[in-house]
Amino acid sequence: MFFASNSVPTPEIVWWALLPVIVLAVSGVLLLTISSLLKKEISWLAPGISLTAGIFVLLSSIPMWNRIQNDGPISFLNNSVGTDSSTIFLTSLIAIALISTSILARPYLSREGIPDLEFYVLLLLSAAGGVVMAGANDLIVLFLGIEILSIAVYVLVALHLRKIESQEASIKYFLLGAFSSAFLLYGIALVYGAVGTTNLVEIRNFLATSLLIEDGMLMIGFALMLVGLGFKVAVFPFHAWTPDAYQGAPTPVVIWMAAGVKVAGFAAILRVFPLTFASYVNDWQIPLAVLSGLSVVFGSVVAVVQTNVKRMLAYSSIAHAGFILIGVQSSNMDGTSAVLFYLGVYTFLASGSFAIATVVGGEGDSNHDLDAYKGLAKRKPALAALFTILLLGQAGIPFTGGFIAKLGVISSAVDTKYYFLAGVAMLSAAIAAYVYLRILMAMYSDNNEGKIEDIHVSKGVWVVTSLSSIVVIVTGFIPGPFVEITRDAVPILVGG
Amino acid sequence: MVDLVWLIPTFPLLGFLTLICLGKSVREPIAGWLATTAMAGSFLSVLLVFIGMLLEKNENRQKVFTLFDWIPAGDFKVDIGFLADPLSITMCLFITGVGTLIHLYSIGYMHGDSDFNRFFTYLNLFAFSMLVLVLGDNLLLTFLGWEGVGACSYLLISFWFRDRANATAGKKAFITNRVGDWGFMVAMFLIFFNFGSLQYLEIFNILESNQIAKTTTTFIVLMLFVGAMGKSAQFPLYLWLPDAMAGPTPVSALIHAATMVTSGVYLLIRVNPIMVEASTWSTGLIAWVGVGTALFAASIAVAQTDIKKVLAYSTVSQLGYMVLAVGCGAYTAAIFHMITHAFFKALLFLGAGSVIHGMDGEQDLRRYGGLRSLMPITAGTFIIGWLAIAGVPPFSGFWSKDEILAFAWNKSPLLWIVGIVTALLTAFYMTRQVVLTFFGKPRYLDAGDAGDAGDAGDAVDAGDAGDAGDAGDAVDAVDAVDAVDAVDAVDAGDEIKPHESPWTMTLPLVALAVLSVVGGLIQLPFSSSTKWLEHWLEPATFHNETHLHLSSSTLWVLALLALVSVVAGIGIGLTTYLKEKIDKQIFEKPILHNAWNFDSTVSRFMGGPGSKAFAAVARFDKQVIDGAVDGTGQIVKKTASILRRTQNGLVRTYALGIGIGAIGLLIWFLTRTTI
Repeated sequence: MFFASNSVPTPEIVWWALLPVIVLAVSGVLLLTISSLLKKEISWLAPGISLTAGIFVLLSSIPMWNRIQNDGPISFLNNSVGTDSSTIFLTSLIAIALISTSILARPYLSREGIPDLEFYVLLLLSAAGGVVMAGANDLIVLFLGIEILSIAVYVLVALHLRKIESQEASIKYFLLGAFSSAFLLYGIALVYGAVGTTNLVEIRNFLATSLLIEDGMLMIGFALMLVGLGFKVAVFPFHAWTPDAYQGAPTPVVIWMAAGVKVAGFAAILRVFPLTFASYVNDWQIPLAVLSGLSVVFGSVVAVVQTNVKRMLAYSSIAHAGFILIGVQSSNMDGTSAVLFYLGVYTFLASGSFAIATVVGGEGDSNHDLDAYKGLAKRKPALAALFTILLLGQAGIPFTGGFIAKLGVISSAVDTKYYFLAGVAMLSAAIAAYVYLRILMAMYSDNNEGKIEDIHVSKGVWVVTSLSSIVVIVTGFIPGPFVEITRDAVPILVGG
Repeated sequence: MVDLVWLIPTFPLLGFLTLICLGKSVREPIAGWLATTAMAGSFLSVLLVFIGMLLEKNENRQKVFTLFDWIPAGDFKVDIGFLADPLSITMCLFITGVGTLIHLYSIGYMHGDSDFNRFFTYLNLFAFSMLVLVLGDNLLLTFLGWEGVGACSYLLISFWFRDRANATAGKKAFITNRVGDWGFMVAMFLIFFNFGSLQYLEIFNILESNQIAKTTTTFIVLMLFVGAMGKSAQFPLYLWLPDAMAGPTPVSALIHAATMVTSGVYLLIRVNPIMVEASTWSTGLIAWVGVGTALFAASIAVAQTDIKKVLAYSTVSQLGYMVLAVGCGAYTAAIFHMITHAFFKALLFLGAGSVIHGMDGEQDLRRYGGLRSLMPITAGTFIIGWLAIAGVPPFSGFWSKDEILAFAWNKSPLLWIVGIVTALLTAFYMTRQVVLTFFGKPRYLDAGDAGDAGDAGDAVDAGDAGDAGDAGDAVDAVDAVDAVDAVDAVDAGDEIKPHESPWTMTLPLVALAVLSVVGGLIQLPFSSSTKWLEHWLEPATFHNETHLHLSSSTLWVLALLALVSVVAGIGIGLTTYLKEKIDKQIFEKPILHNAWNFDSTVSRFMGGPGSKAFAAVARFDKQVIDGAVDGTGQIVKKTASILRRTQNGLVRTYALGIGIGAIGLLIWFLTRTTI
């Protein structure tokens, strides 16, 4: 009795909802400590733990999903963390990205002679940061997640120790990342200054119910937060780091950046703009539309003149980010579910495509010129066939998931009467198709055969590319059930 | 058990996926057995569904099973769903039943082909598409199957694509069908525009409750009929079907006789509530196109020398009967004839395949003759098929053709007359084919001028037969002698040695022969209770069928006249080709052999003035359209090479970009402030 009345009130914690973060973070930290205690290195330990953690998170999302679907979204830890359907959906996408990165990294790291322990530790921690972002109900928690995610990735990019491009990419990414984080943090501070809270739900309720006489501070906050978040997902004009970082980074890390980091970044954007700042949609919708339009055009157009496949895919990832942002700016149920669908398909597209780049890259991870792909269909017909599916998916050819994804975001732009944006997006999709067809043409062309030494395709690459291709095809032929899931996964803010 | 309907297309789909994944890694017969097992599984599931449906009450026999949302795009929503009703299940029964037999047959027929596995992969994909076409609960799903079967047909016609003629035939089929597909698509757009749905049952409901303009329904029906003309090979879009015989014979049997070509007829029957709402002149047009095609094709079949060409034109002709039935509002009769035709025409094609197989690829009727004793099973079953298609009672073809003709009389006696002339021609050309193939003197031994030598031999034979008074014995005797000769000849060199086919090929023949005999039992005209098929199909025809206003004495007279025409056809055929009492040149006119020069005229037009017009379009495409496209490409490349300069690798440039972006955003947001 005595203690009870004097005890400090501890916030309520819903442990099961925190399970993904805990599993990822704890396995990362445990991995680091255990392996330092071990006398002899166990080669399978790090990838094994990483893979297990990813699979665990993926599987645990099923009962969590069912529970949220039945009982509704929850918030806890003083409402600073929320778990809704979108959290679980995006967490499972992050888990998928983690799994495919882990699978593909093992043969890569041993081929390149890179110490693997640090790689997996950083990957797990980065994934934990991403999951935190997907469940953030507070701007501070959101920022925390972003930093956990990003700092680990900065180091991951530099992990190819003997490659100067890797170091260069890392330092560029880090400098620009720090630069944009400052914008984001300052934006958060200004929003806090304007509304007096960092809790997303409270901000939303405040903005919805009260009319600010002077909203300049809030507006500047919007602008600066958009800069910071735009950098994370690489939309124009905050994209410039992407080609350099993608080109220099070890290819498995690029998979993580393209799939995992992008998912987490859009999770943050979805929570902040369409949800929290919903009542100011008229103010931020146009800049978002402009940024998305510029991104699709810039990414598609510049990719055309690239000769390095990794750079092509980097520019195409900028275009993809633009497409996804089109869905975000529409700020309605259909648009948001289209964003989630796009993210889902893109996770597989990016995993599969970069998995093939990992293989073709060869020893030294430098063989990424378009010429390296010449005659691939002759040497590895099955791999070329899978890559064909993935590239057609990226191009958004009908009967692939990529088509449905693009259709969803473009039709959301039409719904919100942004016809010009929809037109620009369609045109850019056509331009981007050329880029993917160029890679296809190279693969199926005859010349240059035998110039490159035989490529070794590990089992992991087969698994990742064929699973990705299957997903791309299945979602293309029967999108209905998957669209249904993304509709159920549209985020909702609760608590506060 | 009806809810197992999803299993029906799943089996061939699994078969297809398995085969495509296995590729060339399995040895020859295994792929065939896998595909056949998949079809058999599908057939068994159809049987289960069928039994389940029989146990239901008549009014509960139409059910939609929605698997999931397929395309959710705003207001436009299409489900993957199956419409299980007596019509679709009846179609499934013979598609999978005949399909299984033909798969089995193909194991023997395709033996030794280097692309054995590819063949069965296509065959399973075809079966899947066909079942989707039939089971789809909405027009789009039907269209998906429609295009799927079209693609498979193309792939299988040009299966031996290394031969240029086969590849050309495939392309011809594909392009001709595009015209039909255009009609189907226009009809689909119109239906969606006017009804706001593509689901059959929803369309029918709207049709019942809302007033839809008669011009609209008429136009929809006409457009659907254009689609049906393409797939079901009606004049003038029939052109592709005779050429489609370039494919392996089991393909001709399955796709170009029993199943795919009936899908146009199926489509029209499926939308019968729309047909009823359309103007009568449109259904009249359908009936006339049908009966016209029937007569036209039958007249051509008379003078064909390729065993498969005869059957191809015969198929066009029989499809004409079905379309005639649809135009007369006799949906049951159309389905009835579709079923019996599936049995006997598949039988005839497979029989022809067996002959071709036994004759080492020879397809010219003039080089056959006297094969009866060498291929007893093939000959026996082929003869059953002949009697069935000719319309000899009690074989199945008699009943179904007779029903169609009765409805034709009901609509217009003129239709009936054309129909009866066609029946006579049918009996004649089929008799000709059977005699030339299985009776008379063997002509395959003569290496040189086949036709003339055959004539001479036949003349002698006929004389002998006449003297003996028993044609059969005489032929047998000659056959026996020739068989010995043939064996000797083979020993001597590489002469043709006719032989009976393996059991995988003869078993389907026997099964189909039995079905061709008894198939008529499902719809006997004697009383209302023997018309089982009509009652069974009622849930799908919505009592939209035309009712016969004919007395039973009229019906008896009509049937008798039909019989007379059949007997006359067979009689003339026998006198001409077996007894050779009539000069065959009277019938085998060159113009008939050349299909009334229609095909060649179309080809000449397309090759002459047509191709000039196409060239003009191509020039326009190349210069204007491509010019615009290439220009855009150049602009994109120029822009890109300018834009990429921003990517100079310097962090300070990138930071500047971020800064400029930030300033831009700040300016925007500051203009939005309320100060």
